[in-house]
Amino acid sequence: MKEAHHKADEKTYKFGMVIDLDKCTGCGACMVACMAENNLPFRKDNSDRLRSNLWMRVYKISNGRSFPDLDISFIPRPCQHCEGHGHHAATPCVSVCPATATDYSHETGIVSQVYTRCFGCRYCMAACPYHVRVFNWWDPTWPKGMSKYLNPDVSVRMRGVVEKCSFCYHRYQRAKNKAYAEERRELHEDEYQTACTQACPAGAITFGDLKNPEHKVYKLKKSPYAFRLLEKLGTNPKIYYVSTRDWVRKAGDVYLGKEGKDVTHA
Amino acid sequence: MKLDRRTFIELIVGFSAGAGGGFMATPVNWKLMDDMTIWSQELWPRYQLGGLKGSLPQQGKVTHADSVCNLCPGGCGITVRKVGDRATKIEGREGYPVNDGGICPLGAAGLQLLYGPWRIPSPLKRIGKRGSGNFEKISWDEAINEVVQKLGNLRQKGQSHTVACILGSDEGTVPRLFDRFLTAYGSPNFIRTASAEDTYELALGLMQGTTGSVGYDLERANFILSFGSGLIEGWGSPVRVIQAHSTWRSGDLKDRATVVQIEPRLSNTAAKADNWHPINPGTEAALALGLAHVIIKESLYNADFIGKHTFGFEDWSDSSGKTYMGFKRLVRTEYTPEAVAKITGLPAKKILTLARAFAKAKRPLAVWGRGKGTVSGSLYECMTVHALNALTGNINKPGGVSARPQVATRSWPEVERDATALSGSRRPRIDGAGSNRYPLTRYLPDRWSQVMNGGKAGAIQALLVHGADPYFTTLDSAAVAKAFDAIPFVVSFSTCLDETAYHADLILPNHHYLERWEDLPTPVGLQKPILGMLRPVVSPQFDTRHAGDVLMTIAKSMGGSVASAFPWDDYETLLKETMGDKWGSLEAAGYIVNEGYKPSAWSKAFGTPSGKFEFYITAFDQAGVKIGKDVGYLPHYEPVQPEGNPATYPLILIPTELMRLADGAVGNPPFCTKTLEETELKKNDLFVEVNPKTAADYGLSEGHHAMLETAKGKAKVLVHLFEGIMPGVIGIPKGLGHAAYDDYLAGKGVNANSLIGVVEDPVTGLSAAWGVRAKLTRV
Repeated sequence: MKEAHHKADEKTYKFGMVIDLDKCTGCGACMVACMAENNLPFRKDNSDRLRSNLWMRVYKISNGRSFPDLDISFIPRPCQHCEGHGHHAATPCVSVCPATATDYSHETGIVSQVYTRCFGCRYCMAACPYHVRVFNWWDPTWPKGMSKYLNPDVSVRMRGVVEKCSFCYHRYQRAKNKAYAEERRELHEDEYQTACTQACPAGAITFGDLKNPEHKVYKLKKSPYAFRLLEKLGTNPKIYYVSTRDWVRKAGDVYLGKEGKDVTHA
Repeated sequence: MKLDRRTFIELIVGFSAGAGGGFMATPVNWKLMDDMTIWSQELWPRYQLGGLKGSLPQQGKVTHADSVCNLCPGGCGITVRKVGDRATKIEGREGYPVNDGGICPLGAAGLQLLYGPWRIPSPLKRIGKRGSGNFEKISWDEAINEVVQKLGNLRQKGQSHTVACILGSDEGTVPRLFDRFLTAYGSPNFIRTASAEDTYELALGLMQGTTGSVGYDLERANFILSFGSGLIEGWGSPVRVIQAHSTWRSGDLKDRATVVQIEPRLSNTAAKADNWHPINPGTEAALALGLAHVIIKESLYNADFIGKHTFGFEDWSDSSGKTYMGFKRLVRTEYTPEAVAKITGLPAKKILTLARAFAKAKRPLAVWGRGKGTVSGSLYECMTVHALNALTGNINKPGGVSARPQVATRSWPEVERDATALSGSRRPRIDGAGSNRYPLTRYLPDRWSQVMNGGKAGAIQALLVHGADPYFTTLDSAAVAKAFDAIPFVVSFSTCLDETAYHADLILPNHHYLERWEDLPTPVGLQKPILGMLRPVVSPQFDTRHAGDVLMTIAKSMGGSVASAFPWDDYETLLKETMGDKWGSLEAAGYIVNEGYKPSAWSKAFGTPSGKFEFYITAFDQAGVKIGKDVGYLPHYEPVQPEGNPATYPLILIPTELMRLADGAVGNPPFCTKTLEETELKKNDLFVEVNPKTAADYGLSEGHHAMLETAKGKAKVLVHLFEGIMPGVIGIPKGLGHAAYDDYLAGKGVNANSLIGVVEDPVTGLSAAWGVRAKLTRV
């Protein structure tokens, strides 16, 4: 039924990212750029990560060894925009949402979140293996005068709903409108980029259409050092990571012993 | 009962659950719920949001304005997205010669500082006790009048030399205006806040005979040896260095650059490096000399450069026939890998391997400046690292290091000083810089408070602070607080309510950086001269005035030669005049870059007495520096002892610096504080990093509260067990412990500067402290 929304002759994309963990410095610019772009609220005390609201979160992982053999890597984690295999219900969050508040778009490959439909049951949060979804425990408030910087392209969210990374969908809409106005049906690679990609000082995030051979991500995801998070779950996520450090790739796939030996990269 | 959407959904779900009996068994409920939520979303009004009172962000025409960020010395180009007259987002400016589109977390959060409640809304005058945070609004006329009267009185009493200015920079028109004001008014006390630049400028002056700041050609280097520099943690111009780091990480694996980090702690830089060598803190100079030993012994140095363009490498004799030891002999005899291994804790074998790899690399580069480069550091340590660059002939070369000039601007007419100005300017500086004891040093930002507390409490009668937060950033917070208490009149030009402003008597708020014109000289560490131009992106949000204009108004109101030193109508006129023929392109493009700039060839590069690069510093004698021993003329290892008695304080505390935590003159905005790890801040408590072995010795586990104590102070902290820190060493992040700003920052954590004191460098008088002795007890 949902596929029916999409016309057969319309241009389709499969937007995704390749994040180079060798370049990522863990600086946090992606997190801040995301918060600024998407009107994320903040509170006086944000130190409890279970209640703090980040769409893009940079995880710090270690190889678990002792001084001086310890090693650390950062893993920036936006929504993985899982495609699943075969049919829409394979996207974990989409398959459990009773409110049709989240859906997989076959036009863009983006997993949407409709705040006005969400009634806060949080099934999706339980279903998401990547913990990308966050719940609004409070109505957002801004100190006096600060709501001036809010981005009018992104609605603010009320208490009681779940939200998550949208791949800056409003930027897609903006770019699409512009292209249509110029009588184009296809977006250029640089016309639509997410806020985190644009901000990253290390150039570690590359964003584009994973199925378009002209786009940088198409080639980058084929690196022998590329992997995806928890690939064995079959979520078929659209965020690829690249690391030349073996332990990082292994940690990303959460291999247990011989598991994952036969995992291939689509 | 009012029926809202939530209740409605609950009712329907409840009803269908009851009616359906086996709620989980039938799909009917789910289908109903699905249809009902989609249908009902159109019936209820849009969100009623507390903060926005029901209104969504106002729409308007979207425009973009380019400017430059000055939240740190990085000087990145920015593009501000505007909707109507609101600034809604700061992004890195594409094509800007410093950061080409990239931005750091602090820069991206700049609008929180623009629209934040920590802005100072108008001139404020303290009422009640200093530091109580009680101010009253006054008019600009009253505020300026107050400064004019106070400074006028001091000048009349012949005490003009007791007025001091503290600024974050001494370059650019606004800092130069303050300097000019003091010259015309009659005081020598212009002070620049501390940074690694203080020491590197001196090292370049002594070894190369050049003026100017250090420029690193990071992008073209292919072997980067960092002596504790937090390359990707805010060192230098942060975005530029992170971009250079990505360059090192690009291309085929075998062609990539090698990065080696020397540091007692696994910082992010160390984690990203190809090799991390933890060494005993404070022994970096010894390691540099150990590497020099191997390079010299195995003849891996650049013989052409060393032979033709250096002085003091070999032993030499003066005209009287007296022989002096050269750098080579010193290093060969004193710094064998075995001896250095003992000092640093790094095995001799690793020293050998590292030295060979460094010297044999195509374009090796040794970089210096701990952490973000926010402390001055030891002169000899800086010289030993710079000597490594000289050994590899890496001076003024692609991928090397050079002394970089500024983009030239028009000079100002000479100040015509009256008798008061002349006599006042000739008085010794309060911080002792330029005195017989420290003849080379220009500013001693960590020393003035120590001098005042050491029996010269009346030395500063009035203090003007601009673009700096010395109350927060100066080492030994208690001493600084005491010195501030002794200053009868403190004036802050700050935009935000920072610590200095909080403890000031009068605040004359400057425009925010997105509201004003101002030139921004070359960012720290850049190898080519760049001039950026801040421009107003939004109109002033509060009753603020440009600090340049305010200072000129003060000067003009004082009359006489002070007034006539400022012949310009206003700051904008002065700015345009100073930029001269460059104004057109600065106004149009927002910056000027000297792309074709190349450092001088070796034959013309050095302005030392010998005309060569000097391993043996002849300028010491010329300047009258008392060196005492022969080895003092050469880069050598002189241990900087951390303050404190080892018996009382068995551990070593070192400050750590985080990219996500601003620790300079600008307080961390809420977005950045929100990105801090759960192992860095918990509620209002700061974590310190402790090796699990050390923690076990003191009965401490993860998340335990502990009392951290040094000779300078104590603080309650939380313990984070970290395998990346050397046993016996504790790491404390810099940047928290504010009392000012507001609830989003104030009261969180501890100011690391309150635990660490000053250890004076014997030659420069700058603080060479890299840490302090400490003890940690469970509470």
